[in-house]
Amino acid sequence: MISPIRTELTVTDNVPFGQPEPGLGGTHRYYALTLERPAWKNWEPGQFIMLRPKDGGTVEWARPLTICRVTSQSLVLFFRVASEYGTDRFARLRGGDKVIVWGPLGTGFEIRSNTPTLLLARDAGIAPFAGYADMHPDPACLSMLFGHQHPSSHYPADAMASRLDMEHLRDRVPGDCEEFYRVSARKMQEYKENGGICLACGPMDFLYGVWKKALELELPTQLLLSARMNCGVGACLGCSTITSKHWPDPIRAGLPVHTCTSGPVFWARDIDLDAVMPERNM
Amino acid sequence: MDLRVSLVEGILELKNPILSAAGSFGSGLEYQPYGDITQLGGIITNGLSLYPCAGSPLPRIAAAPAGLLSSVGTQNDGAEYFIREVLPRLPWQSVPIIPNINAGRVEEFSELAGLLAAEEGVTALEVNLSCHNSNRAGQRFCQNPVTAARAINAVKRFAGNKPVIAKLSPEIMDIVEVARAVEAAGADAISCIGKVQGLAVDVRGRRPVLGNVTGGLSGPAVKPIALRCVWQIAQVVKIPVIGVGGITCARDVLEFLLVGAHAVSVGSASFSDPETIFRIVQELPAVCEEYGIEDIKAFRGSLQI
Ligand SMILES: Cc1cc2nc3c(=O)[nH]c(=O)nc-3n(C[C@H](O)[C@H](O)[C@H](O)COP(=O)(O)O)c2cc1C
Ligand code: FES
Repeated sequence: MISPIRTELTVTDNVPFGQPEPGLGGTHRYYALTLERPAWKNWEPGQFIMLRPKDGGTVEWARPLTICRVTSQSLVLFFRVASEYGTDRFARLRGGDKVIVWGPLGTGFEIRSNTPTLLLARDAGIAPFAGYADMHPDPACLSMLFGHQHPSSHYPADAMASRLDMEHLRDRVPGDCEEFYRVSARKMQEYKENGGICLACGPMDFLYGVWKKALELELPTQLLLSARMNCGVGACLGCSTITSKHWPDPIRAGLPVHTCTSGPVFWARDIDLDAVMPERNM
Repeated sequence: MDLRVSLVEGILELKNPILSAAGSFGSGLEYQPYGDITQLGGIITNGLSLYPCAGSPLPRIAAAPAGLLSSVGTQNDGAEYFIREVLPRLPWQSVPIIPNINAGRVEEFSELAGLLAAEEGVTALEVNLSCHNSNRAGQRFCQNPVTAARAINAVKRFAGNKPVIAKLSPEIMDIVEVARAVEAAGADAISCIGKVQGLAVDVRGRRPVLGNVTGGLSGPAVKPIALRCVWQIAQVVKIPVIGVGGITCARDVLEFLLVGAHAVSVGSASFSDPETIFRIVQELPAVCEEYGIEDIKAFRGSLQI
């Protein structure tokens, strides 16, 4: 168990990716936010931090951001501007600004040497795999399928391509991800046959599809769930996920657990996304 | 500076007037990495019910201007789980532990009170009277002085010598009348306020933001309502009042003491920074000094109209 700390950090850089978008009032949709490195003893790819601007006054809520990578000097986050009262504020952070951060929080991805590992990332879901590739003892085992709506210049994909085998699939029409889902399913089948594992990160609709396929194939698969989080520590009860009958602690099987503390990375067979997303199961 | 507060002499004695509010500090264990929880005046735990409860549908939380809208539906593992798995891990010898109890029927409140009050580690009980009364078509217990008093009376009978705190919602016709009723029913203290009902909508999707449709507003947006309620109640009851609602700093604590509160609970501010409550405890003496307050007992209720 990695003990989290709360700390005040300085922003060193906040770099927009891609083109500004009219719908967002001229701001960009994706940013790489670099902070000075917190005094963490340890961290795992897949874990997240809670972040909020320090000067936000008394009414600023924190938002969870997946750790993209940690270097000797910095903590890098990659985020998509998605919500009011949240990530739009992060887009306005500049070098020298102060932020409050607590973390590293939650569970990380499995790292298995000598095991073919399929990384499925969609859009901003690419973020944790940068750090994953950095930390992996055997990056030759890694292969990523990256599906995205926007041109690849919107994502930190080039920086990662040097470290791992990567295949891009851009939606023909933004939001039309059928081809990506089809190729993902085919690759999962291949990894099942090769004794591999699969790790996935992206929007919940996409993860639902991966979850279904993983159960069907019995392919060991981990999903990084994106949930609305408010505290990040298991106190606000805002981020529940429902466990399946395979949950390691039988007393909690079929019950809600906190995504922020029991996750955000879960083994697909341990959770019941039909219960979490009943609208998908109709 | 002496910050000690006695809510019930010899039984509910606080090191300082700052408690954690129900629903926003977990059991207390969740915040141990961020500060020394034994330095708090007390820990009011997340809401407990008699049986495990899965809670409201997702999403449960939405940001609002100057506040937070939430509907958690008292997700919890039940009182027995709390007694067996959580209470033994809490430092109850060093800080008062006050479970917040939730029920839909008076009998359930009694049973919960009996179970929890029998535990050495439990110092007092806070009764969430914003709960919906299933015998009265879901009307909240505190909406009516009679049902509020009945619930408190039932808890008192099963709580032995453990103090009982009645927690009131501001959304009632006459909060003063309900405060008098719970005092007469034996409440040892009153805490107010609970969340204020609200609605958030998504224009693009044309849907409510929360899975439960409506939720409760908390945070700085509700502080003026909380101050008004505490001020009104403190003038008419003899029992201590615990102020809750929108507290984010030591000066907010003084505002509540000024209008008559003996103590306060810090709620959703812990979500925006896990250090908040520890910082408030630490800064309170200096802030008292800044405002020329030498004795918080003398300062309490000194608002001049
Ligand atoms: C997510 C959440 C859950 C809550 N759960 C409870 C509860 O179970 N019982 C209760 O009496 N109050 C509950 N409350 C209300 C708080 O204890 C407090 O009265 C309210 O939030 C106002 O204080 P604040 O503005 O400091 O948050 C909850 C509040 C929040 C934000
Ligand atoms: S984010 Fe608060 S409980 Fe998970």
